[in-house]
Amino acid sequence: MNTFQAVRDALSIALLKDDTAVIFGEDIAFGGVFRCTMGLAEEFGRERVFNTPLTEQGIVGFGIGLAAMGQTAIAEIQFADYIYPAFDQLVNEAAKFRYRSGGQFDVGGLTVRCPTMSVGHGGLYHSQSPEGFFMGAAGLKVVIPRSPIQAKGLLLASIRDPNPVIFMEPKVLYRSAVEQVPVDDFELPLSRADILKPGSDLTLLSWGTPLYHCETALHMLSAPPPSLEPHIPQSLRSANIELIDLKTILPWDVESVVESVKKTGRLVIVHEAGMTAGVGAEIGAVVQDKCFLKLDAPVKRITGWDTPVGLQFEKFYIPDSIRILDGILETLKY
Amino acid sequence: MFRPAARLLVRRSLLRSSRAITTATPQVPAHADTHGHLPSSHSRITSKLRFFNSVMEDGEQIPTYRVLDSVGKPLEGAEVPEIDEAFARKIYENMVLLPTLDTLLYNVQRQGKISFYMTAYGEEATILGSAAALANDDEVLAQYREAGVLLWRGFSLDAIMAQCLGNHEDLSSKGKQMPVHFGSPEHHFLTISSPLATQIPQAAGVGYALTRIPSRRGRNVAVCYMGEGAASEGDFHAGMLLASTIPSPTLFIARNNGFAISTPSTEQYHGDGIAARGPGYGMWTVRVDGNDVLAVLGAVREARRRCVEDGRGVLVEAMTYRVGHHSTSDDSFAYRARQEVEDRKRVDNPIARFRLYMESRGWWSKEEEELLKTRLKQDVLKAFKRAEGLQRHELKEMFTDVYGGEEPWNIKEQREELVGLLKKYGNDWEPWRNELARFKGKGQELLGDSKSA
Ligand SMILES: Cc1ncc(C[n+]2csc(CCOP(=O)(O)OP(=O)(O)O)c2C)c(N)n1
Ligand SMILES: [Mg+2]
Repeated sequence: MNTFQAVRDALSIALLKDDTAVIFGEDIAFGGVFRCTMGLAEEFGRERVFNTPLTEQGIVGFGIGLAAMGQTAIAEIQFADYIYPAFDQLVNEAAKFRYRSGGQFDVGGLTVRCPTMSVGHGGLYHSQSPEGFFMGAAGLKVVIPRSPIQAKGLLLASIRDPNPVIFMEPKVLYRSAVEQVPVDDFELPLSRADILKPGSDLTLLSWGTPLYHCETALHMLSAPPPSLEPHIPQSLRSANIELIDLKTILPWDVESVVESVKKTGRLVIVHEAGMTAGVGAEIGAVVQDKCFLKLDAPVKRITGWDTPVGLQFEKFYIPDSIRILDGILETLKY
Repeated sequence: MFRPAARLLVRRSLLRSSRAITTATPQVPAHADTHGHLPSSHSRITSKLRFFNSVMEDGEQIPTYRVLDSVGKPLEGAEVPEIDEAFARKIYENMVLLPTLDTLLYNVQRQGKISFYMTAYGEEATILGSAAALANDDEVLAQYREAGVLLWRGFSLDAIMAQCLGNHEDLSSKGKQMPVHFGSPEHHFLTISSPLATQIPQAAGVGYALTRIPSRRGRNVAVCYMGEGAASEGDFHAGMLLASTIPSPTLFIARNNGFAISTPSTEQYHGDGIAARGPGYGMWTVRVDGNDVLAVLGAVREARRRCVEDGRGVLVEAMTYRVGHHSTSDDSFAYRARQEVEDRKRVDNPIARFRLYMESRGWWSKEEEELLKTRLKQDVLKAFKRAEGLQRHELKEMFTDVYGGEEPWNIKEQREELVGLLKKYGNDWEPWRNELARFKGKGQELLGDSKSA
């Protein structure tokens, strides 16, 4: 199964097991522009799987209404870049529904799915990683899976979590990542990071698409291609890097990250969004607070630049494997 | 131009008085019953409980204005807009140029030479009929399927190619935006933005700005194009409301082409299309056959005249059909029958309708048709070939135009960081080496003199 099929599989289980669950969004009835809802309208009927008019604020507001009535609302925003018209509904409404009613009302049944991150030729409005904009919206959760298995387990957990969740699916992984995904109903816990590769010399932290660039960078570090050999001192090639997938961006797994950094003394954070006030800024601030005396180098952020994503410049915008490799080397040498 | 001016004046003054909110005793219209009015409006008090869900009195759908029938013959009694041969030929030639350009760019996208494209097949009459009805310096805020407006205004094929290929001649966005995101101050066409409907309230602001510029007040309007799908966004309602209330001379042109990607218009709204919303904002509104270029020309001319004269928003809904796929990322046969598209193309072809009219006036011939098609194909291909080999803008442009004025430290620092990385790896890391070769100057402007880059 690849990622879009795993998402579809999770959605189908959610509909099957929960009679109150409905799925809606722009163009989802015919399967959605990324095919994640393919066949669901036929299987479960148009009353449960339906197109909405083209209004993101409407879609999220509508989902909040459903969830306030105790039902399961699974909304799709066609691209993460187009989530901003719904920003008010998400940040002022969904996030605060429980608090402002003294716990009498909540919209825990709301899950908002949206494709995210760059594909290499999306330009300003089909490449964004807007997770950072939600960091201050206490009450919301933000989840980003890295693979088909993760997508299925985390999506089911998000749908069933008692809080509203924004579930961002890295769109380049819809077709590229393939795994043997268990066909049964399973959940993976939110707010738990995964150590993808244990290590002791440096913590490399990311989520979504850049994880794959991180893996490439680690491979280049230990076994550099001939052209890069001069750049990589022998002594650093055997560095033992711990690679962590944060998975849940809000609220994030501070325990795993801090424990890792205390062990390695070095942290490199990679995300596609720009640097200023990106998620890395928050994590860096917390880590320097909790690990100050253990740090052997400043926390390094390898991110997109503080510019919009210019189409023809994308290969130099995205924090790719060479930039990550360089960040690792610089941090190890510090 | 259709109505005697005197009648229009009467209508306008009626509109004003009926909309005025006043505490003075309102004039009682003849049809009022004996219960009077609400104190602060002209809403008549009635003892009948009566609901309504249509803007037409009889509950009928809003009619569609048409001039030419499907074989290009004026309907009986049709109000044919004034048009002379030269003007008609200009419209027609652009109507043929648009799909010629679309076909080339669609095909080169399929060959991987550009990253994306959107055609306007089937909407040529809506786009060119409206473009021709505007003043060339009316400010246009378009959605994305309106490149024909630019063609009409003389935006060159080279400029089109430059934008779609993102080469160093691209002034629309210096290669920063995806193909079809054109823009040109010289052509009074604000740069396209992908997020839908954002241009709609902006257009109301542009219209208002025009009233504040003495040389343009009462002369120009803001023109806002949108799809019937985009009209579902909150921004649509915001823009319409502002343009009618503030007010602001803004001409809204809704292209109702039946689809928003896969979503048919029947799932986009329950009411009577987009036109039904105009009266809700107290706006003059008309629905027009968007595949009849003369009807579009006439309707938009009159809409524009009212817009200028009243200084208030006016709405035109053009009924058309999206013959092409939504974009090169879409295969529309996943949600509509191939036959449906073929039928629409055959039965109601906007280009053929106008050609037949032109022929009937003796303004066009088969020979000219052949010559035109050959010439336009050559022009388009030549422009593409020329643009294809050109490099992109300089790499330093990645960091420009974020801010005006002084460049903030973070942008400076990040550019320096990239320069450092390029110095280290630009030669040795193949993906970057290959990529650098595609930029004008190959990144040297950054490496050579990074401080002033
Ligand atoms: C805010 C926002 N939401 C979603 C999209 C994705 N999208 C791009 S075009 C489109 C359909 C627009 O349909 P319509 O307005 O009818 O214009 P048409 O394509 O028919 O010309 C959608 C949903 C977007 N660009 N912006
Ligand atoms: Mg449409």
